[in-house]
Amino acid sequence: MTDVRTIEVEAVTKRFGAVAAVNSLSFQVAPGRVTGFLGPNGAGKTTTLRMLLGLVRPTEGRATFGGVAYADLDSPLRTVGAALEAASFHPGRSARNHLAILATASRIPRARIDATLDLVGLSEFADRRVGGYSLGMRQRLGLASALLGDPGVLVLDEPINGLDPEGIKWIRSLLRALAGEGRTVLVSSHLLSEVQQSVDDVIIIARGELVHEGTLSSLSAGDSLSVLVDAPDRAALAAALSAAGFTVTAARAGLVVVGVEAEEVGRAAFAAGVPLSTLHRQSSGLEETFLHLVGGDR
Amino acid sequence: MNTFLPAVRSEVAKITSTRMWWILALVLFVYVLAMAGGLAALLGAGSDGSLPGVTTTGSVPTAGIAPLIYSFASSIGYVFPVLLGALAVTGEVRHQTLTPTFLATPRRGVVLLAKLLVLLAFGALFGVIGLVASVGGGGGVLAAFGIETELGSSDTWAMFARLILAMALWAAVGIGLGSIVTNQVAVIVIVIAFTQFVEPVLRSVGALADWIGDIVQFLPGAASDTLVGTSIFGLVSTGADGLEWWAGALILGGIAAVLTALGALTTWRRDVT
Repeated sequence: MTDVRTIEVEAVTKRFGAVAAVNSLSFQVAPGRVTGFLGPNGAGKTTTLRMLLGLVRPTEGRATFGGVAYADLDSPLRTVGAALEAASFHPGRSARNHLAILATASRIPRARIDATLDLVGLSEFADRRVGGYSLGMRQRLGLASALLGDPGVLVLDEPINGLDPEGIKWIRSLLRALAGEGRTVLVSSHLLSEVQQSVDDVIIIARGELVHEGTLSSLSAGDSLSVLVDAPDRAALAAALSAAGFTVTAARAGLVVVGVEAEEVGRAAFAAGVPLSTLHRQSSGLEETFLHLVGGDR
Repeated sequence: MNTFLPAVRSEVAKITSTRMWWILALVLFVYVLAMAGGLAALLGAGSDGSLPGVTTTGSVPTAGIAPLIYSFASSIGYVFPVLLGALAVTGEVRHQTLTPTFLATPRRGVVLLAKLLVLLAFGALFGVIGLVASVGGGGGVLAAFGIETELGSSDTWAMFARLILAMALWAAVGIGLGSIVTNQVAVIVIVIAFTQFVEPVLRSVGALADWIGDIVQFLPGAASDTLVGTSIFGLVSTGADGLEWWAGALILGGIAAVLTALGALTTWRRDVT
């Protein structure tokens, strides 16, 4: 990794006929962080990423890597690693040959092929034809293609789609590690919950326009606090919390207290001498904020 | 950084890493072997009187028959390099591998030029394979009947060289066609229909009048036969009598160049989604 760059999208618009798939979209993606690029299906995420990678020509505006368009990069695969949809492989070609073709075109040392196959856990299947791969294996091969050139910038479109729980856990730690090494990591998803545990920043778009840009915690700022609490003696707990002046609603897993921190709820229960079995701050509000932003009452 | 040579090597790897090229080469070989061997056997049997109904030895002329049989490599085999060339482009569209290809080599013109160069080489290889089949099959049978194989003649070997050039140019025509018509099924239908039906019919019609013949000689198949210098179609049509071999090469190469340039300016520039 030698060439770390900031992703800069400047007032990019893409119209397909009369329809603006992306409308004057601007944002930046900083190195050393994992940035989630979020929005519902059809929001224009993939079109934006394809414009960034020079595959789709913007109607207006430009998208660059530190001011340089993708096609003008000296060695694109060594600067930017991209994994778009999981179907971009010839079914009759092996994973190793797929990577070899990319490595040859980009003058990447062949040793990187085995190294990346190892990294994504495909070594065992490297010489099998891709036609027989599962969706999860294709995702891993896509990721291997992206990592092949040891790039400073990673652009991954829905990389978690189709992975099993073990794979999801693996990719989350991989994303963290890549950003930890100082790389710029942009990960798209239509589900906030899917990337919530791995992203530092979020860029949220809907109908081709930016609706929110900032850190993950900036998203939760507008979120109403709620605490889930439970005790073996739930009636005594409800009485104690009501007596302390909290508004309590019963839920299947316990009692939900809105508008307070977990600490205050715990203190009230302790003061009343009610032993607790559950006490935690609920984060489901984040997803709700996200859905609200993208107009997702559908 | 110069991206052309890496792109060329990458295109070679693309072709050799799937089965299509050797399947086409194998079918070419078997097809040409059977047709060349078959015709040689028919003519041989006719010439020595062993064919039923032909009683007089020598009633079927055999002079100059060997080069005609050898030219089967291109006169009936040319559809294979065209298909290989067309599939080298349409396969990338069909399997969406244009995305990784353009990510690795974002200058699209470089990719198309690399494909052109590599397919010229594979077309030439197909020419050699076709010749091995037509000379091996046809020449072998002719020799068995004691008919002159003309393999000692430098004219025959010059014809082989021109035939290999023709097959190389046919693969380039395939690239041009594939870069315009990117639908794989459509391009296969077009290639088969044009090479096996449309052009043979037009060339037969061309034999009826000189002015039609003048136009027909600019068709790719006729140009290819002009380049090679001999063909089975020479028996049923006039066509390219007036043109030198190099004019045939220029016409066929020109068709490939125009098609590829059109593809480069249209389909190849489209958004990859």
